[in-house]
Amino acid sequence: MDTVSPIERILRGIALTLICLFFMFPIVWIFLMSFQTNETILRVPPSVVFSPTLENYTALITGRLETQAGTLDINFMGNLWNSLFLSTTSVAVGLLLGVPAAYAFARLKFRGSEDIAFTLLSFRFAPPLLVLLPLTIYFQQLGLANTYGGLIWVYQLIVLPLILWIVRGYFEDIPADIEYAYRIAGHDFWSTFRRIALPLAGPGIAAAGLLSFIFAWNNFVFALVLASADKQPVTVGALAFVTASGIQYGQVAAGIVLSIAPTFALALYAQRYLVEGLSLGAVKG
Amino acid sequence: MTNADPDLPRRRFRVSRKVLPYLLSLPALLTCIGILVPFFTAVIYSLQRYRLSQPWAREFNWGANYANFMTDPAFWNTLKVSLTYAFWAVTVQLLLGLGIALLLQKRTRMNNFISIMLLMPLMTAPALAALMWKLMTNPGFGILSYLAGLVGLENFNWASDPQTAMLTVVIVDVWVYTPFIMILLLAGLRSLPPQPFEAAALDGVPRLFVFWRITLPMLTPFLLTATLFRVIESIQQFDIIYAMTQGGPGDKLTVFQVEAYLNFFQSTNVGRSAALLMILWAITYVLSNIFIKNWLRLREKQRNTA
Repeated sequence: MDTVSPIERILRGIALTLICLFFMFPIVWIFLMSFQTNETILRVPPSVVFSPTLENYTALITGRLETQAGTLDINFMGNLWNSLFLSTTSVAVGLLLGVPAAYAFARLKFRGSEDIAFTLLSFRFAPPLLVLLPLTIYFQQLGLANTYGGLIWVYQLIVLPLILWIVRGYFEDIPADIEYAYRIAGHDFWSTFRRIALPLAGPGIAAAGLLSFIFAWNNFVFALVLASADKQPVTVGALAFVTASGIQYGQVAAGIVLSIAPTFALALYAQRYLVEGLSLGAVKG
Repeated sequence: MTNADPDLPRRRFRVSRKVLPYLLSLPALLTCIGILVPFFTAVIYSLQRYRLSQPWAREFNWGANYANFMTDPAFWNTLKVSLTYAFWAVTVQLLLGLGIALLLQKRTRMNNFISIMLLMPLMTAPALAALMWKLMTNPGFGILSYLAGLVGLENFNWASDPQTAMLTVVIVDVWVYTPFIMILLLAGLRSLPPQPFEAAALDGVPRLFVFWRITLPMLTPFLLTATLFRVIESIQQFDIIYAMTQGGPGDKLTVFQVEAYLNFFQSTNVGRSAALLMILWAITYVLSNIFIKNWLRLREKQRNTA
């Protein structure tokens, strides 16, 4: 079974190299671009030989962009902060609402629980604009337009179904007998939930939290429709930045690097939860 | 799978046991019910003649928006573009993802490292991925435009050329989402029981035969789950296409959600926009019901074998 001919080994090597090249090249290239001045970016033919500069990053961090037309204020750090704030709060709210509900769906089967869980999951697959476009009008009436609160609420559409379904799977995997034993020993419902169920479902909660953070961070359309400049996360901000900065490609690249770095770091740090989360808990990695 | 045994909790929990599940799930439900209101509003909009620029002319026209689609070439274009996009993106991702998963099947240090590296595109926000590819396909300095020129494709304009716009956005979609299929199939491959493969190896069965007759049939539930999931998502694609070309050049990439967005904000035709989204919703609703059932069965099976 393990007799691999040398030719096959070489072919495999070539295939894997090409695959890595295709998937990694854009990231490497943009990373390199972010350390270049416009001058070296615009060279023909393109070359990887250049003296790296940090000026793109300093321009973004200080918020002042020098262009031929003068200085331009760019609030990219504000976008980064918005992304961080929106994603973290949305996940926190989602966990607070979703984990108890997931427990109810998993352990305390009640009338209609299956249908409700099903409906909640199907939200995940509905076209977001269907809800967002009428919401723009409602949000204006309710005074929620362009507020963090309104955005965090809408972000629950991404976060809640994920948390509910992943965490529910984990609660279902815990043998109910452990909880009963603890209850019989005289503990009430809440302490059983806190001391037994929550810690045992810990990895599931971590996977759900991690994944929903990444999805919230990477979301584009919600904020595009509902947020104006001062509340926009990086995904929308970066797009506006391209138009505003005109030809400051180095800064655009640096902005992209700063925007994708947090999700990359999280993914690398917590890779073992990723597989389980990505398959909605269908496959335990 | 283990249902709560009603006898075990003591008497004083009786009352709260009935209310408890509702109490626990109510906050989550309320949050989502808030979302249901705009959904019904969208249904009403789709049955109205409603333009933001002419609020006085707003009235129910009962399905005229839908009826108009029959003779509206722009609608058929949207349908065609959306289906083309979904078909090509998912087909390429499936073949490529399966290929990579097979290459990385063995649990070696190197393979695990590569599979983690390959996850990075999936961690990139699709809108930002489109931006990255836009920088690389810039006609002035883009490395890919330069490379295209090297292999004899002069003036290869990627997303700004009507001929290659679809190809470009499909490549970006493949770049972002192939790792998703790869990771699901890889987990599926590694969870297959080893016995059939050992038996086949003992009998000296050719490997191509093993692939078609053992690996592929056993992998089918995973393939089906991944495919359905990706079809549902790619038929609704917005981020990549909007960030790359905003639906252009011309109407080459006006997929459902992009067209609805432009209808709402540019031509302020709320009625048409809502009707478009309702049709998209109907398509995804059917698909997602099949998906959820299929996925539940897969999860159940994985549990029982684990």
